[in-house]
Formats: sequence, structure tokens, C-alpha cells
Amino acid sequence: MKKWFKDLWEGFYTVLVGMNITWRHLFNTNVTLQYPEEKWQLPPRSRMRLFMKYEDCIGCGQCVRACPVSCIYIKAEKRPTTSPAIFAANGQPIKLDVSVFDIDMSLCCYCNLCTYPCPTDCIYMTPEYEFANTDLTQHLYRFAKPNAKFLTVNPKTPATPPAPKTPPAAPPAPAAPATPASGAPPATAPAGA
Amino acid sequence: MDVVYRLLPESLPSWIAVALSAAIPAIILITLMALGPILYVYAERKISGFMQDRLGPMRVGPYGLLQTIADAIKLMFKEAIYPAGADKVLFILAPCLVVLGAFLPFVVIPFGKYLVTADLNVGIFYVTAVASLSTVGLIMAGWASNNKYALFGAMRSAAQIVSYEIPAVMALLTVVMIVGSLSLQDIVAVQAGGLQNWLLFRYFPLMPVAFLVFFTATLAECNRAPFDIPEAESELVAGFHTEYSGFFFAMFFLAEYTEMFVVSATASVLFLGGWQSPFPREWTAWFPIRLSPLWLVGKAWFLIFVHMWLRWTLPRLRVDQLMHVAWKVLLPISLTLVLVIGALVTWGPNRFPWDQLAGVVLSIGILAYLVLTAVAAWRSRARRIKETAEMAA
Amino acid sequence: MATNLWTQSRQEDDLDTDEMIVNMGPQHPSTHGVLRIELRTDGEVVKAARPHIGYLHRCFEKHAENVDYPGVIPYTDRMDYVASMGNSLGYALAVEKLMGIEVSPYVQTIRVIMAELQRIASHCVAVGTYGMDIGAFTPFLHLLRDREKILDLFEWTCGARLLYNYNWVGGLSHDVPDGFVKACRQFLREFDRITHPELMDLLIGNKIFVKRTARVGVCPVDLAISYDLTGPNLRGSGLPRDLRKDEPYCGYERFDFQVCVGKGEFGPVGSCFDRNLVRALEMAESAKILHQAVDALEKMERADVKEKVPKRVKPAKGEVYSRSEAPRGQLGYYIVADGTAVNPYRVKVKSPCFTAMSVFHILSKGMYIADIIALIGSLDVVLGEIDR
Repeated sequence: MKKWFKDLWEGFYTVLVGMNITWRHLFNTNVTLQYPEEKWQLPPRSRMRLFMKYEDCIGCGQCVRACPVSCIYIKAEKRPTTSPAIFAANGQPIKLDVSVFDIDMSLCCYCNLCTYPCPTDCIYMTPEYEFANTDLTQHLYRFAKPNAKFLTVNPKTPATPPAPKTPPAAPPAPAAPATPASGAPPATAPAGA
Repeated sequence: MDVVYRLLPESLPSWIAVALSAAIPAIILITLMALGPILYVYAERKISGFMQDRLGPMRVGPYGLLQTIADAIKLMFKEAIYPAGADKVLFILAPCLVVLGAFLPFVVIPFGKYLVTADLNVGIFYVTAVASLSTVGLIMAGWASNNKYALFGAMRSAAQIVSYEIPAVMALLTVVMIVGSLSLQDIVAVQAGGLQNWLLFRYFPLMPVAFLVFFTATLAECNRAPFDIPEAESELVAGFHTEYSGFFFAMFFLAEYTEMFVVSATASVLFLGGWQSPFPREWTAWFPIRLSPLWLVGKAWFLIFVHMWLRWTLPRLRVDQLMHVAWKVLLPISLTLVLVIGALVTWGPNRFPWDQLAGVVLSIGILAYLVLTAVAAWRSRARRIKETAEMAA
Repeated sequence: MATNLWTQSRQEDDLDTDEMIVNMGPQHPSTHGVLRIELRTDGEVVKAARPHIGYLHRCFEKHAENVDYPGVIPYTDRMDYVASMGNSLGYALAVEKLMGIEVSPYVQTIRVIMAELQRIASHCVAVGTYGMDIGAFTPFLHLLRDREKILDLFEWTCGARLLYNYNWVGGLSHDVPDGFVKACRQFLREFDRITHPELMDLLIGNKIFVKRTARVGVCPVDLAISYDLTGPNLRGSGLPRDLRKDEPYCGYERFDFQVCVGKGEFGPVGSCFDRNLVRALEMAESAKILHQAVDALEKMERADVKEKVPKRVKPAKGEVYSRSEAPRGQLGYYIVADGTAVNPYRVKVKSPCFTAMSVFHILSKGMYIADIIALIGSLDVVLGEIDR
């Protein structure tokens, strides 16, 4: 009998406590962002769309080996010895002609493992995430440009070793999530370019 | 009804006059009340959104105001699917009965001193009787769907409604005993004079308990949380309206929200003073028009808000626990109340001496608490917005 | 003969009973993932239940044989996708044990911070969705709001919100950014003062919630042990086994925290309520560990998190079994290396949700259908981990 009263009182009391909490939440902040008018500012390390600067690629294939889902495909041949010497931005000489450099973003798992082994830091992930498409083939990015302008003069003096490998997407010391990298990749990407 | 009768010209033959004086208020009432669910559905989605720290509908129309209309249009254009083997006649009749059961009680609810469609002298009895029509419609819906789970759900729902009607009727029996009449206008008239005379505060604390019993029982009758097992989405058995799509589903929906308004209006008539204002007459005598319908609708809307508040706070009760609450908790309480209040009315004083004071103190206390917590929450929201802006900067 | 419950029931008794076979199909709002449960019910009471899994099998263990050791980590993330830091931590610890790598205390502290943040986030999902299954919709959204704050912290550190590829063999992929300690403390402040007390009041303390869960799905301790329940499921049955205390790894011995156990205040020990209570209390304990870890991190000076990451992960021939306390239980990795390849020879995962699911058919006998949903939610299964 006493248990009946106790249950009743407890039921009533806990309901009131719960109602108190929801009443307060009625007037509290709403955390919804009205996309697309308001967008979340992605931090600079965000791993979204992959971008690759073709002029810096030396065709080593390290990214292909690192990728766990085999979404990168490279075809490279040795440059004939008669052609002029070309260099990447960090001074490494480019010995191979990369005729095909395809990244299939529909396979990519956004793990960022391809960016670490790159000797010239030409491949990196950008914070751009709005690249949805109605056609799956549009997600195959062909980065190889037939008439790319390579550097013919070594930007670094020959005695300096190439720059130490740092992950390109981790600039030091942002105090809070900053605005997304406005250096968004130029619209080279989708197939057919 | 009498109002319209007196306004009509004398020359009309009497049967036309009677028919018109019944039809015109009914049409006005149905139109107004059918627009109600549009507001309630929007309010529910917005209130649930704000309680859950999100915004609710915002896209359709400014601040999502046209959302319900969009939903209604969508439901109307959906294909009405008749399940194979379903009893066509019963399948179509069932939602009609449920809607009928939801709209018929409006006839007796008084919106003002003269604004009542028909002031039956069996007012409250009529309301309870007619509200049970929806139970028949429910069972019909489950049976006609030719789906064992729908039948299952309909049976459970019907059992729930029938079980909770008993404590509800017992609770309103206490009101009837105090007032001495079944007519709703008489019940409202007894509560004239302001907040302290409301039947909610008579025989304090007995009548507040009766109000809580009535409120809980009618919450269960509307299949609202925490008693919404029959219509819960995440349960296995999908409920009596599984097979209904499109327009029929809209009718069930309409009936549920209208039923919510009916029980809230009934509760406010019985306990909260109906169309009487909570302030004494002298304070508001200077106002040019009488705001009676607004008071009744306002009180009913407040109770609807409490319905929604409870839905988004509490988890669901399981079916057997539901039945336990009805038969083993609410029924003993309401029976005891009937006995005690009956005894008090027959042999005891009209009211306890501390009633009026307790009433005023309690209502001002609750109101103050709600307002203060709301203000505190608002201010902490402003502070948090400022803090987040500073952190980002 | 076919082995489904219908033919079984036909064979078992010749009498025509009222039993129905009900299918809670792979698509259901309340099974946590693509899980199919076949129920044989007598009216409202369940006579037998058989879960069917495998709808989310993605051949993780086969993939692991075809990629190199660091490349397995994105795959481990995707097993228990709700709590991926725990998965990659377990794998990294296993390979480090195999290769004999010892990481610095700085890396260990960051790993603990990430693991505990992930534990809070995972329990937010577990308790929140459980409330939703029971019918309380609001705590789910409040908890998810806090989970979003944690995911913001993760995104800030490593760039991804759900599948991080953060714990590497021998270190971490990124160092924590500047201001991480301050942001973490801000989150903890809000969590300790607002979210956790509100959760306890709104959901766990609610009488209806208690009545719904306190006598349901009772798993006695010996049954739990014999079916290899681990983590909050085992602790809910009363046994205080926590790998972070019993076999400390990754520096957990430095931190002071309690092991939360179900006490059976409202019903028998080992009910759904107890398991849920353990998860809710564990969130507070994780917050405690986080306070200590963040304080310790602040005092340390920055070190290179990739210092011990080998250029090429090529362990010598051998095998290792290493286990860690994931939010769902004991997650074990058995890795076999043959010494000649950069790919593992075999990676086998002992998944805690798989063993939790195995006790389901015993606990569900004699329950109401509505309680089946309560039971699955309280075991906190994530199909990605069961099916791999």
C-alpha cells in the first residue's frame, strides 16, 4: 500500500522535473544552421575534396601505393633525355611524363593517406565539400593536363635538399576554426576538361 | 442557436427558422474548428523543435507557417490505397465515424454567455456519450483493414480508450455533484467572479486531484503520449491506421487534433471557468467587447500546449502498464474522490475556507515560476550566443 | 530440412497453436542497423527470437589482407562507425605490441583524450537512441547536440567528423591544434553542468522510463559471463570488469576514475535499466578522466606525434592478440604477420557487439514484443561491428 503511494508520488514528481527541463529548453538556444544560407565554417584541416597540382607531380606513384581503396591511377613514362629539364615547386626534378593521373572520388574514402608520402606535397585535401553530382562519372577527376606549364628553372638551389615533408593541410596555430581555405581548387577537375 | 433564432425575421416559417438557426452556428463552428488542427500541427512541430534545441519547419512560408497546408495538400493528392480483401464500406466509414466523434461534442461547448450551439440540459453527458463514437470508428478501421497487426493495434487502442473513460467520467462526476447540473452553461455560471471561484480550486486539494485525473484520462483517450502505444512509429505493431493513406489518414489526423481541442475545451469548461475571465468582473467592466470566446479558446490552447509539453518530455508506457495506470491508479483515486466530494457536497460546507486563497496563490505561483524560468533561460541563451561569438572571434 | 522457426515450430508440436512468425525486417526504425529478427510469438509474448545478421558484411578481414598495415586503419574506422577512435586505437595498440614500439606519454595522453571523448559521443548515441526507442524523443536531440560538439573537436584536430584515421601505428596523424585544451575544457564545462544532469533528470530518473526498463531483459551475471558479454553490458549485470582498470593500456593507470556497475535499484540486477544507467554514469566518469588528461596535456610540452611512426610497417614474423575497452565492450584484434610482406597475413577482430547479440535469443524468451526493442537498444549493438 505504501509502495502504491510512493510510486504515485515518484511518478508525479519525475514528470514535473522532466517538464521543467523541457520548459527551459523551449527558450534556450537553437543550434540549427539554416543551410544553405548559413554554412558551417570548416576548419582548415578538413578532409574533403582531393586536389592535386599537376605541375608538381613527379610521377613516383607513392600515393597509389598508399591508397587503401585504389582510387588513384597513374600512367607515367620516362621523359626522353632530349626534352628540357623540368622541376617541381620544391626543386625536385621531374623525370617522368605523367600522361594519366586519375582520381576516382566516388571510391575515395577520405582517409588522407595519399598526402603523406608525396615528396612534393602536390596532392592534398581541401575543405570543399559541395561537389555532389547527378552523374557518377563526373566524380572521376582527370588531373593530367596535356599542355601544362612546368617550371624549367630550378626554383631552389641544387645544394638544398627538397623541403621536409609536412602534411600540407595543417597550418600552425589557428585559435579557432577559421574560414574555409579560399584557395579552393580551380575548376580543373571534372572529366572532360 | 437561440441568438440566431431571434435574429431571423419573423416572417419565416418556423421549420426553416429552426433549421437555419441550427445549421448556421454548426457551419460556423465546424469551419472554425476544422481550421484548428492546421494551427495545432504547426504548433506541435515548432514547440517540439524548440524543446529539442532545433528550429522546426522553417522553409515552407515564412518561419514554416504554411507547412501544415503543404502537408494537407500532399495528403489529399496521395493515392488512396484500398488493401486487397478490405471491407470497402467499413473502410471508408471508419474515418468518418472517428471524425464525427471528434466534432459532435462541439455542439454543447459554450463559447460565451449566449454563444452555444445548443445548451442541452444533459450537456456533459452528451459530450462523453458522443466522444465514444470514435471508439467504434477505431475498431471498424482495424477490422476493415484486413491486416492482423492493424486489428491488433485497433483492439489495444479501443481497450485503452474504454478503460480510461471510466476515471474521466468519475472525475467529471465530482464537478457535476458540486454544480448540481449537467448543463455546461450552468457549470460555467457557477465559476463566475474570477480565478478564485474556479472549480479547480474547490475543496482544495481534492478538486486539483480530480483535474489531474481528468486530464490524464483524457490524454489517454486522445492516444497522446505517454499513452500513444497504438500509434507509435517505433513499435512493431503499427496501429489501426496502418493501411490508411492519403485523405483518410488526413481525416484520422484531423480527428486526433480536434479531439485534443475537445477534451481541452471540456476540461477548461469544467475546471478552469470556461468562457469566464480569470479577473473579477469589476476589473474588466470598462472593456468595450466581451472577450468570452477568446478566454475559452485561450484556456483550451494552454491545455493543448500542456498536452504537447508532456508528449515531448515523457517516454511511452507499455500497454499493460497503461492498463495498470487506468485500473489500479486512476480508478481508485477517482472513486475515492466521488465518495468524498459527494459526502462533502451533501453534508459539508460549500467550499473549504482556504480555497480561494489557495487558488490565487497557486496560480500566481505557477505562473511566476514559469515566467521566471523562461526569462532565465532566455537570458542564458543570449549569454551563450554572446560567448560563442566571442570564442569564434 | 530448412532451419527457420516456422518449420521448427511445425515439427515441435502437432497442435495447431496461435503462434505467429513476425519479422522485424532489416529495415526498421529501432534495430540499430540492418538487423533482421525473426520472432515466434504467442499473442503478445515472444516464444523464440532469432536474429539474422550479415546484411552489412563488407569483408573487412579480407580487405585487411590486401592493404598494408597503415592502410587497414581506414577500414577499422568503418567497423563500429559510431565510435571509430576506439577501433583504430585497438588496432594501433595491437600492431605496436607486435613490433615492440613504445609511444611517448604525450601521444598516450592525446590518445586517452580522444578515446574518452569518443566514449562520451558513443554513449550519447546509445542512450539517446534508447530513449527514442522507449518513446522519449527529446533527450536524443539534446545528447546529439553534445555529440556534435565532440565531433567539432575531432574535425578541428584531424579533419574528419566520423571516420578519422587518427590513431596510427606508432603515433597519431595530427597533433592537437592550438587552443584544443581550451575548447575541450569549454565542452566539459557545458557537459558537466548542463547536459549530464539534464540527462539524468529527464531520462534516467523518469519513473516511466524506469518502469519500462527495470524488470526487462534481466541478464544474470553467470549468463553474461558464459555468453562473453563485455563492457557496459557486463558491468550492468554487476561485475566490475573494465579493461582500463584491470589491464591498463595507453597510460590509463595514471588516471583516477570509478568503474560503474549496475546495482539493481529498481529491479533485478542486469536489467535494461542497469545497462543504460551504466552507460549514462560512464559518461560522467569519462568526463572525469578527460579533466585529468587535459590538465596533464597542458603541462606537457609539444612533442612530435609522428616520432615513432615507422617508415615502413613491416613486422617480423609473429602474432599478437591485443584487446582494449571500446565503448561497446572488449574489442580484440588478433594479427598474424608472416614477416615478409607489408600486408598483414591475417587480421581477426573480436567484436563486442557480436557476442552481445549472441545472448539475445535467451533474454528474449517470454518478453512482450514492445520489450524486444528495449532489449536490443540496451545491448547497444552496431551492425557495422557485428558484420564487419
